[in-house]
Amino acid sequence: MQPTSHRFTDNAHEALNNETLQQALGNVRVNFIEKRRSAVEALPEFDALRKAGREMRDRVLSDLDTHLLAFEAKVKEHGGHVHWCADAEAARQTVLKICQGAGAKRVTKGKTMIGEEIGINDFLEANHIEPIETDLGEYIIQLRHETPSHLIAPAVHVTQKQVEETFRKAHRDLDPGRNLEEPSSLLAEAREKLRQRFLSADVGITGANFLVAETGTSVIVTNEGNGDLTQTLPRVHIALASIDKVVPTLEDLTVLLRLLARSATGQEMSVYTTLSTGPRRAEDHDGPGAYHVILLDNGRSKLLGTEKQDLLRCIRCGACLNHCPIYHAVGGHAYGWVYGGPIGAALTPALIGLEETHHLPNASTLCGRCEEVCPMQIPIPNILRHWREEELQRGLAPTAMRRGIGIWAFFARRPALYRLATRIGARMLRNFAGGKGRLAQVPMATALTRGWTDMRDLPAPSGRTFHALYRQHKGQAGRSGK
Amino acid sequence: MTKENTSDRGSAAQQKRPRVALFVTCLVDLFRPTVGFASIKLLEDAGCDVEVPAAQTCCGQPAYNSGDAVNAAAIARQVVDAFEGYDYVVAPSGSCGGMISKHYPDLLAADKDYADRARRLAAKTFELTQFLVDVRKLDQVAARLDSTVTYHDSCSSLREMGVKAQPRKLLAGVDGLRFAELPDGQSCCGFGGTFCVKYPEISNRMVEEKTGNIEKTGADLLLAGDLGCLLNMAGKLKRQGSKVQARHVAEVLAGMTDEPAIGEPATGEGER
Amino acid sequence: MSDRDTILQAIRNHKRPSGAPNLAPPVPARGQVEGAARRALFIKMATAAAATVEAVDDPETIPDRVAAYLSSHNLPARLVLSSDPAVANLPWADHPMIAHRTGPATGQDHAALTPAFAAVAETGTLALVSGPETPTTLNFLPEHALVLLSASAIRGTYEELWREMRAATNDGKDWPRTVNLITGPSRSADIEQKLLMGAHGPRKLHILLLND
Repeated sequence: MQPTSHRFTDNAHEALNNETLQQALGNVRVNFIEKRRSAVEALPEFDALRKAGREMRDRVLSDLDTHLLAFEAKVKEHGGHVHWCADAEAARQTVLKICQGAGAKRVTKGKTMIGEEIGINDFLEANHIEPIETDLGEYIIQLRHETPSHLIAPAVHVTQKQVEETFRKAHRDLDPGRNLEEPSSLLAEAREKLRQRFLSADVGITGANFLVAETGTSVIVTNEGNGDLTQTLPRVHIALASIDKVVPTLEDLTVLLRLLARSATGQEMSVYTTLSTGPRRAEDHDGPGAYHVILLDNGRSKLLGTEKQDLLRCIRCGACLNHCPIYHAVGGHAYGWVYGGPIGAALTPALIGLEETHHLPNASTLCGRCEEVCPMQIPIPNILRHWREEELQRGLAPTAMRRGIGIWAFFARRPALYRLATRIGARMLRNFAGGKGRLAQVPMATALTRGWTDMRDLPAPSGRTFHALYRQHKGQAGRSGK
Repeated sequence: MTKENTSDRGSAAQQKRPRVALFVTCLVDLFRPTVGFASIKLLEDAGCDVEVPAAQTCCGQPAYNSGDAVNAAAIARQVVDAFEGYDYVVAPSGSCGGMISKHYPDLLAADKDYADRARRLAAKTFELTQFLVDVRKLDQVAARLDSTVTYHDSCSSLREMGVKAQPRKLLAGVDGLRFAELPDGQSCCGFGGTFCVKYPEISNRMVEEKTGNIEKTGADLLLAGDLGCLLNMAGKLKRQGSKVQARHVAEVLAGMTDEPAIGEPATGEGER
Repeated sequence: MSDRDTILQAIRNHKRPSGAPNLAPPVPARGQVEGAARRALFIKMATAAAATVEAVDDPETIPDRVAAYLSSHNLPARLVLSSDPAVANLPWADHPMIAHRTGPATGQDHAALTPAFAAVAETGTLALVSGPETPTTLNFLPEHALVLLSASAIRGTYEELWREMRAATNDGKDWPRTVNLITGPSRSADIEQKLLMGAHGPRKLHILLLND
């Protein structure tokens, strides 16, 4: 998809003023936060599991090639195929080739963020193959020609009313007078519509929450069962995975499974956790005749060994989004590409470049709530700060800000000068406040100062600096004084 | 990282009084010196000898969070030089305390002259209420205030310094004070240093949520341990015409509430 | 250079040792129970995930119970069965009113009965494995999924399940195409976070728990 991250501020402005979106976003923080908290409280070993999971991921990343090769060998042993794709274009072409080889006209899709990353739907359509999203949230946004706005709840930005409007518009063959007041009737309609699609698909494309090297297995985690219908009914199953998804053993997988659903939706386990290994066996009566795993790099291998490597531990639970005040305010689309929220802000610059995305690491107070809830303990604030460093070094930071910090630092490194400047500043601001104790605007206002005073008053300094008063009192009292 | 703890309340009188260096913070220095004086009083009453090293300006966080690691490191070295000679460093701020105790070691890790010194300084740097309760083992301050109070936990205090119970413990002992817990207290107030002026609309949304919750408590006074958060929240409360006042928690604990609250007009008493 | 080589080369160039210790991860204490406690835990967790559990002492009564289930849910008196002897060899002949067949499920099937390989009490999860007698579609296409579970097949933790599966598959050599870990019936919360049952998979998951 065409990124709009460079206009994040405008995106955010539109999002903040979009009442429907704001109504929809209100549901996010209320539901997700409380559910996660309850689930975490119900498992005393949760923090110990986080630590173990983090360590396991770090070990794997330190030797990623070995684990990927072990995975590949096992997949082949069970009759599957592994395709290594360096970038999005390679992945698209590989998927197309497999689909064309199978004579596919129609492809069902389970939810896959890698699919979004490579823009597979538009590409398939351009090549006369019809992709059909089957996850309810993805189905809704496909009908609306939108992209997902959350890692696990793609239609979180859509209200029930909007779903109804969308279904009425898209399902023209149904009785226009039908009652769609209850959300269950919307679900029933989607189920009915998609059932036929599932059964007539030629190829099924899913993501892969994890890859298990021990058995050559891809794992999907869903609540709907759509991923299972997608990967079982068609002739061909394609699993899209980024290279960071591999874990060595089933026990390692289990650590992450114990963390994933709890962190994402507050469930103990998702309804369907499915391990897929190779195509159907000779004696099976259902299942795909061919099984393909696409391993996508797309900028991830170069994060290894850097201070951003920790991003590759991500298990796509969405907890960081659910707890982020910026995400609460503007939703996922404002970030302008596939991944939103804190992980989006930290990862997207690595995938599509800092020139396009430099707002994202800056639009954060570094409050640290994301890192606090991340099951993999990814130090997102630190990584955002590293992006800010790189932004400054590469001259991508706005000039006014750069100059402001430069001037400020000049004084801060020279205490004597700083004392003088602050004494003048404190006096000036207090005088401008004219005894009111606060300023509604700052004289010689700039865009930056208006950023404060447009919507807040600025409390006025008391007029003299602490250091000036302290020196004065020390002089008077002979020791630290009142 | 273990923190040094040389306190022993029972024999404090017999032990040498610890030498505490006050890290004033740039915002306290510029906007509200009373907080600095209140901190000194609290520390002295808790049995410490307090000094204010002259060569301090800021902890360097504005540069650090803007990606200017060079200036941030230069300022950090300045702070290490000025403060390392004391038993403890105490700041009336979780944000500055966090900068020194959590980030200086990373910032100066590659500097062979400063790396160890930064780690040692980090280990003895505390936020004010954290120091009073966890190190000086203070149970109670001698203060009174007839007010309903709510408390905002700054993000750094919560997540970098582990400060949450300590200010509440001390406020519980203030005579006449009624405490109302702030709903959704884990949410950021929207200050975030330069964030509030770089992304003002989002910051405004966040502070609006915060002031909405503050009003819900029915408190007449908002307290916090970080002046940046307080300026942000008080500025919004004032713009909204709210009656809720704001102070730094040190002012209340030290019984120094004569000065007008944050953003309130002077009563014309003249300067201290 | 193929993409495979490019990626492997890039990984080898960039990877660094981690220093992370290789310690055994914690196994939640909750699932480490035996006997009656384990059975009770399974029932509690499965029920909390909206599965229904029916205790069965005599397997011969299963066709009766299935008949009762179908009629109480106003379903047509037919279902598709797994050809696993534990299911197929039950006295279906005593219930000629129930039309049954074995094989994979189709879009026309309202109900299926299939045996679970095992279950995990820790989270109330069934483990169903694909095979010639247990096609995967039985678990997903029908609206009502009935699963036969022997109480002796309930494991406490996932670790136990994996040990058992490795043993049953010739140390993984005969690992099946699909292992389904199923916890309750299908659901979605994609419409304003409202929890709705029966998204694409079964609306109901009914577990016939055989006390053996």
